[in-house]
Amino acid sequence: MLGALGLTSVDQLFEDIPEALRASSLDLPDPEPELQLAASLSAMAGRNRTDLASFLGAGVYRHWSPPAVDQLLLRGEWYTAYTPYQPEISQGTLQSIYEYESLIAELVGLDVVSASHYEGAAATAEAALMSCRATRRDRVLVSRAVHPHYRGTLRTYFGGDLVLEEVPLVADGDGAGTTDLAALERLLADIDRPVAGVIAAQPNFLGLLEPMPAIGELAHAAGALFISVVEPVSLAVLAPPGAYGADIAAGEGQPLGIAPQYGGPYLGILASTDALVRQIPGRLVGLATDLDGQRAFVMTMRAREQDIRRDKAASNICTNQALLALAASVYLATIGPHGLRDVAALGAARAAELEAALAAAGAPRIHAGPYLNEFAVRVPDAPLVHRRLLGRGVLAGLVLAEAEPDDPSMVDGLLVCTTEVTTSDEIAHFADALSDVLGGRPPAAVEAGAGTDRRSVAGGVR
Amino acid sequence: MSVPTDLRYTKDHEWVRVDGDTATVGITAYAAGQLGDIVFVELPEAGRSLGQFAVFGVVESVKAVSDLFAPISGEVLESNAALAANPELVNSSPYGDGWMVLVRVTDPAQLDELLGPDAYDDLIAAG
Repeated sequence: MLGALGLTSVDQLFEDIPEALRASSLDLPDPEPELQLAASLSAMAGRNRTDLASFLGAGVYRHWSPPAVDQLLLRGEWYTAYTPYQPEISQGTLQSIYEYESLIAELVGLDVVSASHYEGAAATAEAALMSCRATRRDRVLVSRAVHPHYRGTLRTYFGGDLVLEEVPLVADGDGAGTTDLAALERLLADIDRPVAGVIAAQPNFLGLLEPMPAIGELAHAAGALFISVVEPVSLAVLAPPGAYGADIAAGEGQPLGIAPQYGGPYLGILASTDALVRQIPGRLVGLATDLDGQRAFVMTMRAREQDIRRDKAASNICTNQALLALAASVYLATIGPHGLRDVAALGAARAAELEAALAAAGAPRIHAGPYLNEFAVRVPDAPLVHRRLLGRGVLAGLVLAEAEPDDPSMVDGLLVCTTEVTTSDEIAHFADALSDVLGGRPPAAVEAGAGTDRRSVAGGVR
Repeated sequence: MSVPTDLRYTKDHEWVRVDGDTATVGITAYAAGQLGDIVFVELPEAGRSLGQFAVFGVVESVKAVSDLFAPISGEVLESNAALAANPELVNSSPYGDGWMVLVRVTDPAQLDELLGPDAYDDLIAAG
C-alpha cells in the first residue's frame, strides 16, 4: 500500500493532523487473562448502588422492560449488523426501522420520523438547526424549562452565526416554573431579529405541564417553527406534539424499554411534519415494491444525507441508534398502547401518593401547577438532606441547585419522580427517612456506601 | 443533437430565454441526462433577488445533488410550481414545461457573458 501511494511510512498518512491533537501513549495496564479481567470488571460493577429506593428522573426514567426486549436484541442478526445500505440483504433490518418510525409517528402524531439520533439532547439540537434552515433565520429561543443538559448541547451546536436565547420562566403564582408567555412574546416581537424556532418541553424539566398550544401559536404568529421536546411514555396520556401544532418533535427514547445504563447509549427521537421532510436529518426508511412487484423496504430520500450531499447535507449524522430503536420498537409492540397508558397512569398515581407523603413529612411542592409523574419539593439544605437520605437507602431525586447552580429559585429543591416500578413501600420509606432527617433523628440502621453519616444530628439538619 | 438556438447557456448547463424585461431559466437536456431521474427541485420564492452565477436552488436526482447557478441577475417573479409534484418534467421537457424560474432582468448586458448555442454545443461535445 505504501509503495502504491509513494510513501515510506504509515505515519505519513497522519501528517495532516496537528501534532498537538495526535494521541500519545495510552498508558494501559498489562493484559490480564479473561477470567481475571471478568472478575475485576464484575467487582467494579458491584460498586453500583442497586439497593436504593430511587426517585431519580430528570430526563432518564426507570421502567420495567419486558424480557422480550433483551432476548430479541441479543440475536446475532440484530446485535452486530445494523447498516442497511444494501436493501437486498437488509430487509429485516429495514423493516424493523420502518416499524420503529411508524410507532414513533403514531406516538408523537407527526408525519415523518427519522431512524434515530444519539440521544434527546442531540435530537433537540438537530431540530433547532432544522428550524434555522427551513426558515432561513438564525435565532432560536429555548425555554429555561428545557433540560439543562439539552440547553448545554444546544449551546455547543450554536455559536458562530447562529444565536440561541433562553426564555425565562414564570416566577410566582400558579404558572411558576413554566415558560413565561409574555416574555416569549417580547422576544418574538423583535422584527429585526426574526426567530427560526421556539423550543419547549412537555413535561418540562421540573415535571410541570406547559401551555404548549399557546407557545405554538406565539411561535407561528412570528413565523417561527415550534419544536416540542417530549418524553415518550407520557405521550400515552398527554396530547402529542401533532395535536397542538408542533412542527418538530425531539426527545429521549430511553424510557421505552432501555435501562438507565449510567448515561447511555440512549435513543434520540426526531420527528417532523411532512413539509419538513427534506430538512430532517437521519435515515428514512420507506416502503416500496421491487422489480417483481413484491413489497420491499428501502432507505429513501438518500440524497439528503451527508454521503451524497456532503457539505450541503442537513447534518453530519448519517447513522442511527439501530439497536436502541429496536429495543424501543419491541417494548412498544409488547406493551401495546393500553399497556403504555397503564405505565404512564401508574407513574402518575404513585406521584400523587409521593406528593402527599413528602408534604406530610415536611417537604412541600415548590410549584403549584399540574405535573404528570415528576415534581420539585423544597427541603432546608437540599444537598445535605439528599446525602443523609442516601445513607438511609433513598435516592431522593436530583438536587436542583447542582443542575441549575445560577438559579436562586432552585435552591433547596429536590426533583423527584415516580414510575410504575415505584412501590408504595418505597414511598413510605422515603417519607419516613425524610421525617427522620428533618427531625434530626439518627438512621435506624447504618448503611454502607456513599453519604453515610454516623453522627446523630441534633436539633435539625446542620 | 443540438440545443435550442433561441437560448443562451452557462458553463454549468443552465439556459435562459429572454422575453422583453423578463427571462425564463432552466437546465439543459444534457444536464438532466447526466443527473438521471430528477426527484426534487428546490427553487427560490418570489421576491428573492438572484446574482449572476450565484446559487439559486438545488436539483436532486436519485443519485446526486447539484446546485443551480443563475445565468443572470434578477428578481424572482415566479418559480415553476408544477415541479413540486412532477419533477420529472425537467427530464421530459427541460426547455418547456420543465422550466424553473421566471425572473425580472436587472442587467441585460449580462447576456453577453453567456454561451451561445454553438459554444454550448462545443462544450458538451468536449465532454
